[in-house]
Amino acid sequence: MKFTKDHEWVNITGNEAFVGITAYAAEALGDVVFVEVPEVGKVLKTGDSFAVVESVKAASDVYAPVSGEVIEVNTELSGAPETINAVPEAGGWIAKIRLADASELDALMDRAAYEAYLATL
Amino acid sequence: MVPFAGYNMPVKYEGVLAEHKWTRAEAGLFDVSHMGQARLSGEGAIAVLEALTPTDFAILPQGKQKYSLLLNEEGGILDDWMVSRPFAEGFMLVVNAACKEQDFDIIADFIADDETGADVEFEVLSDRALLALQGPKAKDVMKGLCPAATEMYFMECGTFQLLGEVAYISRSGYTGEDGFEISFPAARVGDLWDELLSNPIVKPIGLGARDSLRLEAGMPLYGHEMGAGYTLAEANLGFAMNKSRLARGDIKGIDRLRAQLDGQLDRVRVAIRVLEGPPAREGAKILSEEGAELGIVTSGVPSPSLGYSIAMGYVPPASSAIGTKLKLETRGKPYAAEIVSLPFVANGYHRKPKG
Repeated sequence: MKFTKDHEWVNITGNEAFVGITAYAAEALGDVVFVEVPEVGKVLKTGDSFAVVESVKAASDVYAPVSGEVIEVNTELSGAPETINAVPEAGGWIAKIRLADASELDALMDRAAYEAYLATL
Repeated sequence: MVPFAGYNMPVKYEGVLAEHKWTRAEAGLFDVSHMGQARLSGEGAIAVLEALTPTDFAILPQGKQKYSLLLNEEGGILDDWMVSRPFAEGFMLVVNAACKEQDFDIIADFIADDETGADVEFEVLSDRALLALQGPKAKDVMKGLCPAATEMYFMECGTFQLLGEVAYISRSGYTGEDGFEISFPAARVGDLWDELLSNPIVKPIGLGARDSLRLEAGMPLYGHEMGAGYTLAEANLGFAMNKSRLARGDIKGIDRLRAQLDGQLDRVRVAIRVLEGPPAREGAKILSEEGAELGIVTSGVPSPSLGYSIAMGYVPPASSAIGTKLKLETRGKPYAAEIVSLPFVANGYHRKPKG
């Protein structure tokens, strides 16, 4: 699993990856009440806003941690947005992306580096 | 913690959703000491208040409280106030944190310029803190600390002894629930905070839940539904004005107000239920079903009590009838919504029985 400074995670299998927001982000947002997922087929560039996670108080963009095409979205989130709070780094995944360029992963942090980064915040 | 009106304020303790639901079921404790408190007394106090607001204060007896509005020369809303009479002589004012310097300057300037010679004393009470205990079980908590205060009804107030200090307590709040607002010496408010929280019925509640609670209760918030650009007729706050004042015609912006009350109104505050899609937030466009732009959302939140999103905003009167179908534009897309009645959630005030 890899992480971004914007608190997204990427879980890679071959040239596909699940993406979501980290436990830190889910905790900071508070109770998630609505998730706007992207459309399947959407082509993303790194840094594109591709989903919106809404808590009672605010809407927050989720940025694409890698480039690629959305090949699946987590439809469970429309009926159970609180899954993001309960299991942010597992069942609370937002989209599955087919990687356009696997070398982009090198720019992301591993868990130890991400945790060290969180300690600086 | 977030910066708010010059203070660092807690947005949440446990979480907005849990705090909101706790307040609706049990008792929530809010530190609202950032709000401005002042005392106005003397034979000229009523004249000062009536010059600045549309409210009749001569008919406000000791032991009662009224909601009122500070108006500019055009009848626009500069702030909303709670004015109470917990003691025989004079009034207590509670004003919004972001507006308190402006409000107190306006009062002080008015008194300084007053040539009637009436005796008025105006004192900003910066040494007093303010706590709000809100929720259906607030009365059970107060019974143990200050039983006399629980004999009051909604919008009543008084002077009480609490932890050996003088407390000005009103039976009111900003959540739609039964509850109490307690003005207490700031030097000892920590003791009162701890004492109230020692009761397991009570939990501390942050600004986040305060906003979702007041929105469910249909209460307008200064800087959102209210501001200098809005009048009381547009904001649907006619209850802050007394008919006696309207008859006398001595309200700031009276010509504009009369015309609006006679039907010449371009927009009016409404309650909106979101029927599909994401929560509509402040600034979202309100569209007709056909897509014509009608107005703007001034506050919006996913309602923790109702399980769907709610909003307030302004639309032309022709589009304000209950049941009118609308669209709300969020992130460039229109989503179905409809006008509903206020409040969104029925209030739980401890009202005095009629008769």
